[in-house]
Amino acid sequence: MESFSHAPLYAQLAPIVIGLPLLGATILLVAGRRVGRASGALASTLLSIAFVLGVVSFFGVTGHGSQIHLWSWVPLLGFHTGVDLNVDPLAIVMVLVVTGVGALIHWYSLGYMAGDPGYPRFFAYMNLFAASMLLLVLADNVLLLYVGWEGVGLCSYLLIGFWFERPSAAHAAKKAFFVNRIGDFAFLAGIFVLAASLGTLSIPRIDASVSGGMTSGLATVAALLLFAGATAKSAQIPLYVWLLDAMEGPTPVSALIHAATMVTAGVYLIARVHPVFEFGAASLDVVMWIGILTALLAAILGAFEYDIKRVLAYSTVSQIGYMIAADGLSSYSTGIFHLAMHAFFKALLFLGAGAVMHALADELDMRRMGGLRRVMPVTAGTFLIAALAISGIFPLSGFWSKDAILAAAWAQGQYAIWAIGLAAAFLTAFYMFRLYFRVFEGPSHVQEDLHPHEAPRIMTVPLVILGFLSVVGGALNVPGNDALERFLDPVLGAPAAPGAVTDAILSAVAVAVAVIGIGTAWGLYMAPAADARRAALEHRFAVLVHVARRKFYVDELYGYAFVLPGKRLAMWFDSLVDARIFDGAVNGIAAMLSGSGEQIRRLQTGFVRSYAAVFLFGVMVIFTVLILRVAVT
Amino acid sequence: MTHQGFPWLDLMIFAPAAGALVIAFIPGRSRNLIRSVALASAVATFALSMVVLAGFHTGEAGFQEGSVMRWVPQWNVHYATGIDGISLWMVIATTFMMPVSIMTAWNMQDRLKGYVALLLLTQTGILGVFCSLDMFLFYLFWETTLVPLYFLIGMWGGRRRLYATVKFFLYTLAGSLIMLGAIFYLYFAHQPPTFSYTALLGTPLGMGAQLLLFLGFFASFAIKTPLIPLHTWLPDAHEAAPRWGSVDVALTLFKLGPYGFIRFAIPFFPDAARTMAPVIVGMALAGIIYAAAVAIVQRDLKRLVAYSTVAHLGFIGLGIFVGTVTALNGSVLQWANQAISTGALFVLIAFLQQRLDTRMIPDMSGLAARMPLLSGLFLVFALSSLGLPGLNNFIGEFLILVGSFASGYRWWAVIGTFGTVLAAVYLLWAYQRAFHGPVGGVAEREVRDLRPREVAMLAPALAAMVLIGFYPQAFITRIQPSAAKVVKQMHSSVLPSSRSTAGLP
Repeated sequence: MESFSHAPLYAQLAPIVIGLPLLGATILLVAGRRVGRASGALASTLLSIAFVLGVVSFFGVTGHGSQIHLWSWVPLLGFHTGVDLNVDPLAIVMVLVVTGVGALIHWYSLGYMAGDPGYPRFFAYMNLFAASMLLLVLADNVLLLYVGWEGVGLCSYLLIGFWFERPSAAHAAKKAFFVNRIGDFAFLAGIFVLAASLGTLSIPRIDASVSGGMTSGLATVAALLLFAGATAKSAQIPLYVWLLDAMEGPTPVSALIHAATMVTAGVYLIARVHPVFEFGAASLDVVMWIGILTALLAAILGAFEYDIKRVLAYSTVSQIGYMIAADGLSSYSTGIFHLAMHAFFKALLFLGAGAVMHALADELDMRRMGGLRRVMPVTAGTFLIAALAISGIFPLSGFWSKDAILAAAWAQGQYAIWAIGLAAAFLTAFYMFRLYFRVFEGPSHVQEDLHPHEAPRIMTVPLVILGFLSVVGGALNVPGNDALERFLDPVLGAPAAPGAVTDAILSAVAVAVAVIGIGTAWGLYMAPAADARRAALEHRFAVLVHVARRKFYVDELYGYAFVLPGKRLAMWFDSLVDARIFDGAVNGIAAMLSGSGEQIRRLQTGFVRSYAAVFLFGVMVIFTVLILRVAVT
Repeated sequence: MTHQGFPWLDLMIFAPAAGALVIAFIPGRSRNLIRSVALASAVATFALSMVVLAGFHTGEAGFQEGSVMRWVPQWNVHYATGIDGISLWMVIATTFMMPVSIMTAWNMQDRLKGYVALLLLTQTGILGVFCSLDMFLFYLFWETTLVPLYFLIGMWGGRRRLYATVKFFLYTLAGSLIMLGAIFYLYFAHQPPTFSYTALLGTPLGMGAQLLLFLGFFASFAIKTPLIPLHTWLPDAHEAAPRWGSVDVALTLFKLGPYGFIRFAIPFFPDAARTMAPVIVGMALAGIIYAAAVAIVQRDLKRLVAYSTVAHLGFIGLGIFVGTVTALNGSVLQWANQAISTGALFVLIAFLQQRLDTRMIPDMSGLAARMPLLSGLFLVFALSSLGLPGLNNFIGEFLILVGSFASGYRWWAVIGTFGTVLAAVYLLWAYQRAFHGPVGGVAEREVRDLRPREVAMLAPALAAMVLIGFYPQAFITRIQPSAAKVVKQMHSSVLPSSRSTAGLP
């Protein structure tokens, strides 16, 4: 731990990186209306500068990086917790993703949000989000990380509910906050366990002391509590339900918060404190299975959804499932690799969807789209690149990162995980191209009064940049030149990988499965007689289709199992326990006395007033006597 | 007469009463003068408390800055005051919020004179309670807090005020009388009889007597915390309190129970306190969950916030009785936090009521579109209240919970943590219904957003919230030595057979 003035330059930049968007948020929250139209440029510029500083840090940081102490924060249980930052390779990778992708999405929003009456407020929240997320990834201790963790949750709440006049948006915002609070409850309990048994909350010290400071069983408990927090934030089973509704927010929000950055915080958290998970090894199995099952479940649901943003939301849940599974397989740097690649192509997909909505007056239903490639060539082209990337087609970014996760499963003998992952990969390719074909290819089903057009330059340029990154991003970590992995090794350790030949075979299988998925989508949506074929299939599996379209009734289940009984209980507390039982005896006496009080009032209305005057006078006398006595003695 | 240096502390205690005295001689129609004098004395009191803070020696556990003088020598009554890490921030929270309380009534027309005079008197009572080191003086101040509030609610209150005042009076007076009996018992238990707090500390008492006396004090403090099931006077008092909000702010400062537990009930009767601790921890936890659940289904915003304070005070009670320094630090800080955040919420509700003539959530919809400033501020204070990290309440709650977790009440602390989930539910659900959604109900009328004066009133509270959230160190280091002393007292014994302190955990 070093003081700010003694830290190396790359570490000194870290507080500035957080401070820039925080400054933007503060200015816009206080004086947003005065800044007006300039809000977007201001917020985007500040975050872009933060990105440049992040790049400078990236070229400075090595090994375990550097920890800097800014100021002392909370003294607890005999140790101090500081506002300290941990500037290491893992943090810097996350900083680059957050500021880089974040800045692109900010610039895009200049076009997308133009004309919205809440324009300054939007950028205030977006900058506040970026600052919170940067605090989350740079925090040296778990408690400070938690500040960022809830900070991003708050911004998520504010931005999902950005158009709060829509009841659905207000409801979705609240739901997101509630579900995340449930996760945070577990997260907090996990922090208690760590603090009480290790006497520190500093992440490097937790990582170093966990095996000596607590039993393996307690470490498992701590790890599972932290993971429960991660399932809420990263939308995993069983707490994924909020992310679908979160699509009520403006689309750039979905791209930044609910795809590229915030929702991947759980993946980051596990990687950050992975020694706790490793020591409480039973927890890793839970992590692995929750991750891969979420990947499959969400991919199934995504294949039945018509709302383009919700398809992408399911896709996000599913892809994060892969990353969580990578964590569960102890392949942390692989998970982070997929996190970064996913940030590129998923942000691109959302921004592309945003461009489509922009062109179609906020239409979301893919059944009322089609043939848009002809009028929106840039959007369609970049969207196709992203679709190919997420499907894992060689040599795009998603191929390398997803392949690495499946290979890690195989290398550890987790063949079931590998197989489920492969099935989810098939579905991914299928739902992605179902979406692509219905939106961009085929005949147009666009409403007649709409005249779709390509998005303005400020929106298409970020699309092209993200498209480029989605193509070449994988080069960061290809077998034989695993630069990212070696960069992260000091922090995260080396992941397991199969031999080169096995790897090549596995890759070939994965690509083949993806191609079959795309082919299936073509067969059901593009090929001659596709409609009839689809109708026949839906008829044969009518029940399954129905249940899947109702999202397996999970929302309803939670409603009847938790929300409704909880509400009933609260009402019963209020109307029976409080009003009748706790108040019972008192009420009897009070009613008697207030009755007589009413009579006195009727007799002499000035009663209370004169009583007050007498009382006031009496107290004054007492105090005067008292003061006089003091003066005399 | 002895005191260390100039008696700033005593000046501070009586400054509000002096203001009230001046106001008593101003004709009732000179409203401008009345409210100026009231605000000036509240602000002067705050300034004096800052002088007290400047003279406070960080790192000392004992009492500082007070005075001692003989008062009624025949009865061995002294005027004795002092401040320590336990009372410091409670005092400052009180002096910090009272100007706000006065200012909310700025445009009041109806009998302003009596109203502000009683408010100022309440403040002297509260400050006196925090600073008295003589049981007689303490009791006098304790009663002084009760009577003005009774009249404020009874004479200026709204719907159901008679019912509420009678209930308020019965509850708090009953508690006070039982405590008075306990004080006299203690007085005679000491040889020679004395009311001196420091002399009474360590008075040997058998277990039976300790339990009896502890319960005597407990009755009063539990009501004034309030702990469930003795809480029902509070939501009624808030519901009936005058629409100006000043009394609601004062009521958040009127929660003198936690201070009483820390200052008197635990150090005087440590063996009884340890015996009773599991019961009280249970009551506190039940309060956290139960009051939060009841808050969820309230339709009156003020009752909702009132129940939320019962939940908050549950956290504070938990932190006091688990017996760790960290948790006690948290409880003391949290008391100041709830005064700031909840007080500010009550002020905002008063602003709403002045504009809309209603506090009922079902009457409101889409207020955020009509009053962005008021809505934004309401959200910020609600977030503070629900324990958002980075703001003040999070620090207090975290210290309480982690301190409880590190005590013998490990998994009980986890139950308490669930209260943070419920806090989000009742506050954000209410916020959604009243402020979000399409403009409807009373929001359809011509409504005015906050005036600059109203924003300025709450700006200091906003700043304090962020300061405590990101720099709690400055607050906790001043609490810590005194808290450590109380925890040590709690783990000692005054049983006649074993005067030595028991081993610390």
